[in-house]
Amino acid sequence: MKLALRELVRRPGRFVMATVVLTLIAVLLMFLGGLLDGLTRSATGAVRAQNGDVLVYSEAAQSSFLRSRIDPDLRATVESVEGVTATGGIGIVQLGARVPGNGPRDLASVALFGYEIAPRGVPDAPPPGQAYADEVLEADGVKQGMELLLGPARSPIVVIGFVSDTAYSGQGGLWASPQTWREVLAANRPDAQVADGVFQSLVVRGDGNASALAEAIDRATDGATKSLTVSAAAAATPGVSEQQSTFNQIIGITVLIALVVIALFFALLTVERVALYGVLKAIGARSSTIFAGLVLQAAIVALIASAIAAALVYGIEALIPPGTVPLFVSTSRVSTSVAVLILAAVLGCAFSLRRVLKVDPASALGSAQ
Amino acid sequence: MNQSAPNALEMVDVRKVYPTGNGAEAVALDHATLTVGADEIVALIGPSGSGKTTLCSIAGGILAATSGTVIVGGEDITNYRERELTTFRQTMIGFVFQAVNLVPFLTARENLLVVDEMGRRTGAAARSRADQLLEDLGLSEQRKRLPAQLSGGQRQRVAIGRALMNTPKLVLLDEPTSSLDSTTGRQVMDLIRSEMKSRGTAAIVVTHDERITEFCDRNVHISDGVLDAG
Repeated sequence: MKLALRELVRRPGRFVMATVVLTLIAVLLMFLGGLLDGLTRSATGAVRAQNGDVLVYSEAAQSSFLRSRIDPDLRATVESVEGVTATGGIGIVQLGARVPGNGPRDLASVALFGYEIAPRGVPDAPPPGQAYADEVLEADGVKQGMELLLGPARSPIVVIGFVSDTAYSGQGGLWASPQTWREVLAANRPDAQVADGVFQSLVVRGDGNASALAEAIDRATDGATKSLTVSAAAAATPGVSEQQSTFNQIIGITVLIALVVIALFFALLTVERVALYGVLKAIGARSSTIFAGLVLQAAIVALIASAIAAALVYGIEALIPPGTVPLFVSTSRVSTSVAVLILAAVLGCAFSLRRVLKVDPASALGSAQ
Repeated sequence: MNQSAPNALEMVDVRKVYPTGNGAEAVALDHATLTVGADEIVALIGPSGSGKTTLCSIAGGILAATSGTVIVGGEDITNYRERELTTFRQTMIGFVFQAVNLVPFLTARENLLVVDEMGRRTGAAARSRADQLLEDLGLSEQRKRLPAQLSGGQRQRVAIGRALMNTPKLVLLDEPTSSLDSTTGRQVMDLIRSEMKSRGTAAIVVTHDERITEFCDRNVHISDGVLDAG
């Protein structure tokens, strides 16, 4: 081990190329992960923020607020389920918003919610005509006190404050009273307007296990509802699983490339060191000792590359204005990427194991090489 | 000769053959019998391909003999498996290779200590022994230098120190002067002789240079895998 560490310290030039290439791969890995997390976050913020245990959609809604309708009778059935302690209606309309100071075609994409139970981080529903805005809308020039004009009907909404992490489908959330939502929906989407008392979904609070509660609700409504825990509802948000699947495949291929790079680099190093390994084996080194040194070097190179990459990705995130690129670099994402890269490095090294085992100590004798 | 210690090497009727395909075999060492005393220095002389390296590899526990008996320092290694041979090499054998083969990114002192790191890991005792060996070999001032910063003779002296680090029973020197000029070569052979005799360590010096035989107690010739003690 000491031998491997000394080589790293005294001959860093030998490892520069591998470190540079791995750093670039690590940046790509963390950036892709950050984009995935950012996109997921901006697609599901409004769902994750719900201050309840279960979200109830109508049966055929496929976990989409837009396709779902819960009328008062269905709500009453849900409220009668044992274990349900509170319900709150929620509705949404997605529109373009004209922002004062922006060009007439420079619309901000917003998702206006009407809610009864305040989501986490959002105050109770404001008076009609007012809303709390998600902070991502600041990137569109939205400011507190500003009046936005929503949709083709130019429905006025005054922003009275900002909340965070409540976006939906990549659109900044506007959080208003149910009455405001109904009025804006009717004015801008007359085909989708709903009667008084009708919501698109219900936020349900219960006093038991959330999954069991969701099943009990669907049983009680005789299949007229599709109930999900809040985390399941976030994962089922339209487009999220497709997004995650696509990104995860790209991330997987990137990890595979890292593995191949490490494997090739250390295979070359091993070929270069055959004479040295022959001498070390002749004086009593075991193959396991030599291979452990190789693995240690690969892990350290991967760790250094990961550390540089993490610093770069955090730097990139800090430089990107909020609301422009959906990049969210979390400690858990960076830690996972580092662990995956180190694992790839170790596995990549394994391709050199056979060559290390094959080095014959007899090659050290009778050789003038 | 040290009469109380066991012989450094006893090879009895040792053969080494390699299959060459077609069911035929090449004999690298043919019924070789050789005894080396506890502090004896033997010159093994022969042309290229005569079997010198094969004999040394078997004596040093690098190769297993096809048949015969090999006893080193009283330890019968004839039937040792690879793992046992590795441990045997760590504790009983010193090597000085033809191309010196020091680890290029280690200092002279660290090149000696690598023997301990790969083997018994005695720590402070190994560091003390390395310092003593470097002093005995006149390399105290060069202890922190890398091989590239040493002369050819100094590198060979470091290699000798490395071979003695594990207090071996037998040191195998493979053409130790072939990469040196004649003056340095003689100095190195003189040093080898004095170091081996002062420590009571046996050595086999593989060479095809008859001039260095004067530094050895006995010459053994080998040709086509057959030893000739004459």
